[in-house]
Amino acid sequence: MLRELWNDAEGGFHPASAPDFLPTEALREVQLRRLRAVVAHAYEKVPLYRTRMDERGLTPAAIQGLADIARLPFTVKADLRDTYPFGLFASPMSDVVRLHASSGTTGKPIVVAYTREDVEVWSEVMARTLAACGLHRGDILQNAFGYGLFTGGLGAHYGAETLGATVVPISGGNSDRQIMLIRDFGVSAICCTPSYFTHLVERAGELGVDLRALPLRIGIFGAEPWTDAMRDHIEAAAGIRVFDIYGLSEIIGPGVASECGEQNGLHIFEDHFYPEIIDPETGEVLPDGAEGELVLTTLSKRAMPMLRYRTRDITALIAEPCPCGRTLRRMRRIGRRSDDMFIIRGVNVFPSQVEAALLAVEGTLPHYQIILSRQQGLDQMAVEVEVTPEVFSDKVGALEGVRARLAKSIEHILGIRVELRLVEPRSIARSEGKAKRVIDRRNG
Amino acid sequence: MKLQQLSVFLENRPGRLGAPLEAIAAAGINILTLSLADTAQFGILRLIVREWDKAKAILEQAGWIVNLTEVVAVEVPDRPGGLAGVLDVIEGAELNIEYVYAFSLRRDDKAVLIFRFEHPDQAIQVLLGQGLHVIDGDELMGYVG
Repeated sequence: MLRELWNDAEGGFHPASAPDFLPTEALREVQLRRLRAVVAHAYEKVPLYRTRMDERGLTPAAIQGLADIARLPFTVKADLRDTYPFGLFASPMSDVVRLHASSGTTGKPIVVAYTREDVEVWSEVMARTLAACGLHRGDILQNAFGYGLFTGGLGAHYGAETLGATVVPISGGNSDRQIMLIRDFGVSAICCTPSYFTHLVERAGELGVDLRALPLRIGIFGAEPWTDAMRDHIEAAAGIRVFDIYGLSEIIGPGVASECGEQNGLHIFEDHFYPEIIDPETGEVLPDGAEGELVLTTLSKRAMPMLRYRTRDITALIAEPCPCGRTLRRMRRIGRRSDDMFIIRGVNVFPSQVEAALLAVEGTLPHYQIILSRQQGLDQMAVEVEVTPEVFSDKVGALEGVRARLAKSIEHILGIRVELRLVEPRSIARSEGKAKRVIDRRNG
Repeated sequence: MKLQQLSVFLENRPGRLGAPLEAIAAAGINILTLSLADTAQFGILRLIVREWDKAKAILEQAGWIVNLTEVVAVEVPDRPGGLAGVLDVIEGAELNIEYVYAFSLRRDDKAVLIFRFEHPDQAIQVLLGQGLHVIDGDELMGYVG
């Protein structure tokens, strides 16, 4: 390619971003063509898809229009576990160039595969992600997503190289070194989980490094749900603009959807990943704008196509045009996952609700952890909150007042009693990947 | 005339008090006095040390949350009624005391109390006006050698 003709080093769009701006009609045509191809491929190569479609009397010919996708059966996470390790692969191993696996909280991990073409698509959607967040050639991206079996590190790495940005492949952890390189290299963008970046901001303060005075200008965060209030806090504390990105290994890894400069919803790269919103109880497809569970179909994956994969993430699709000019539909930021939810004394609780309650009192989000236990047959919920300099006082009454206000704020939102414990700074374990917000000790 | 008091947040569980004190001791900083206020769930360790700025930096570096408060040291006759006389002056002037604790060191026939007033400057004026001896940092450090 005639790289010298691109203007992407000055902030213009990289050519990879072109599909973001396809006229809607052309986009639907591409989607339908790819959908028909991927359904045929999955039906032919993967016994699980063939069996399920046969049971419903469906063949790939049943897909005449995009709406016909609703006739296909769902795929769920358990299907990946049940066919562990390679049961859903649609390509022979001789065509597979990469495997990734999730850590898996219970039992076996889930395994995902990529052909060379899949890796190219992944690189392209991650380049489009980074471009949408404002990165361009000339930027130095510190990639603090974990490299290895987790898709975050290599996904962002390939995307950044495709874009032409400079990658610092530091991976997760070793916060002091992260801060040193941000400063010494003049790093302009960083990608990691929002909770890990919060930790970096905290550590930089301790080391006397003012991130606001450095060239760092963009944060690209994903892999866990977070809130707008957390974004405001991070943007102010680090003097950067912060973008939410979305992805999951089962579909491709990071690169499924990304915010743009508007920071108002994430554009789904729907020329490769077809989104639906369903009622999580009935499975019924809901119209754009309605809140429900996100279901994704990979339109171009070869090694491991996913048909109507239930993500467990709760969101809504936004069909209204975005001022940025992208024609891709947006999804609302994911504040909660249906499997992050826990039930205590019959009440459904999402960690994001506890976060909102803590933010309402403190103004910024303190480090916290929810601990569930069972005492004499009754479920108990405790919230441990680290004391910050902002709320600490030499007076017992003032500190007791903070504790009571935090407890009351949570009880007000959830409607159940909680035990609120103030704990010492750094007593809650910091994560270098996804923050562990809930510890459930009720089993046994 | 005011003294700088350091306050440190502690969880109320066994073994939490020793660590900050050891960190200060390891830096060779002399602790003149301390008091511990606690609830069932947490505690606040209050310290008067010789080099408060150095001690604060050491504690914060080690991860503790430290708060700096101005307190007032008042000399009290070490005999029955000595404290009552000082309190009479304070109450008479309607000065609000947040808390008070005794200084561990005695000299001659005097004791020293540390007062946390709501308005320390106003309190110092009143105490001096009543002829009470308010001890400043330099004098206090002189006592402990």
